Amino acid sequence: MQALLHQLLSGLANGAIYASVALALVMIFKATHEVNFAQGELAMFSTYIAYTLIEAGLPYWIAFLITLVFSFVTGVAIERLLMRRIQGKSQLTAVIVFIGLLVAVNGLASSLFTSSIKQFPSPFPSQAWYGTTYLSPHEIGMIAVTLVVLAVVFVFFRFTRLGLAMRAAAENPRSSQLVGIRVGWMLALGWGLASVLGAVAGMMAAPIVFLEPNMMGGVILYGFAAALLGGIDNPWGAPIGGFMVGILENLAGAYVVGSHLKLAVALFVIVAVLVFKPSGLFGRTVVVRV
Amino acid sequence: MTALLELRGVDAWYGNTAVLRGVTLEVQDGGMVALLGANGAGKTTTLRAICNMGVRTRGEIRLAGQRIDGHATERIARLGVAHVPEGRGTFLSLSVDENLKLGGYLRRDRKVGSDTSKMFGYFPVLRERLHQQAGTLSGGEQQMLAIARALMSRPKLLLLDEPSFGLAPILVHEIFRILRVINQEERMAMLVVEQNARLALDLVGQVFLLETGRVVASGPPQQIAADESVRRAYLGQ
Repeated sequence: MQALLHQLLSGLANGAIYASVALALVMIFKATHEVNFAQGELAMFSTYIAYTLIEAGLPYWIAFLITLVFSFVTGVAIERLLMRRIQGKSQLTAVIVFIGLLVAVNGLASSLFTSSIKQFPSPFPSQAWYGTTYLSPHEIGMIAVTLVVLAVVFVFFRFTRLGLAMRAAAENPRSSQLVGIRVGWMLALGWGLASVLGAVAGMMAAPIVFLEPNMMGGVILYGFAAALLGGIDNPWGAPIGGFMVGILENLAGAYVVGSHLKLAVALFVIVAVLVFKPSGLFGRTVVVRV
Repeated sequence: MTALLELRGVDAWYGNTAVLRGVTLEVQDGGMVALLGANGAGKTTTLRAICNMGVRTRGEIRLAGQRIDGHATERIARLGVAHVPEGRGTFLSLSVDENLKLGGYLRRDRKVGSDTSKMFGYFPVLRERLHQQAGTLSGGEQQMLAIARALMSRPKLLLLDEPSFGLAPILVHEIFRILRVINQEERMAMLVVEQNARLALDLVGQVFLLETGRVVASGPPQQIAADESVRRAYLGQ
């Protein structure tokens, strides 16, 4: 019973990372109907920036904030300089550009930072100050940071003028232009925010998976699974899918397939969702009367 | 009187297909103008050309004397042109309230709230539906929402693409009555594309008649209505 509880809770902690990655994927999908395969690599690169800043002597949270700004600017720049050039081209073009971006960022990270495995610091205490060992302080911190980020994202999209404009631009670009919204910039802003979410996930995951150019390889797969499970077009489903996949992964690893085959759980979820319920658990169906 | 909107020799294409050929028309400040013509005559394309939306154009388009042809759609909106597009352009997954807020997206003044109440005065059903997903509204309700959304920006010029589309006859008269009130009270200029020629002739001060992408007649409605060929073609008399 205690072991089960432990698996559940630490699954929740992993799920926090998948939740952020899934939300980043959904955000770009909503706006462009494209899945950003390079999301994980961008997050990895951001994590290297944080690492470099911390190594240079900056306090963790300062480095964290600078990394978020860097990630935002990078995301906006990629959309403005690269993605907008393939707007309106076929889906296949987008897929190829995403894969190219994935390979390029991975190679850039390897050549700039070498591919040796590095230890990434956690901002949270290493010793538990509380009585239980179900969750490490880093795991608790991870969940807390993710929940704060999700809350900020929710408030932004639900209650601000800019958030509303971004949702409008994603749903109906033409009508958005007619009311004066600069749709191109809204897409760029979406890319910026998605990169920020990815960076948070990368920095939270790095103390666990260690920092190296392929660190997000597994995480992004779980992120895809989470996004699909929650409903790829539903931003509120993504985090729920993330936490569910985290728990499922841990339980399956501990009791069903063993830890070596854990990654297969992600693929299993992806295939199962696509076969049985392509809209995901919370995929929203827009009601239309004509 | 000065022209708020001026088109001089405007051509327009979709791909390689020419749809407008040398269209010239004017909308006076505070004026109300109808654009009539058969299906495929280029009425919708004319409105799209003005907003530079999904159509290539050549020729001069001026708003209050300034060239706007070639400007991005959102920039034209920022200059005070609102457009109720063909198909209504509803943000289907957003609430009615959010649709109205988006209409006032460009406004920074504090009267947005009182203007929203004004919309409820014109279209009471929108208040009842305020927190409903806009996609669940009936066609007629969405048409009212589209007009309200456009009005929320307090435009200088309102372009209306078949405001009567999909509405029950009784609502059509109601909406045209409201448009007339707004035109007179707010001095808001309007360019209306309308299939229902008889209705449009009652409403406006000036008519332009399009045929296969060309303006073939223009003038006050009485004069247009008196024209024998127009009566036969558009009024069924």
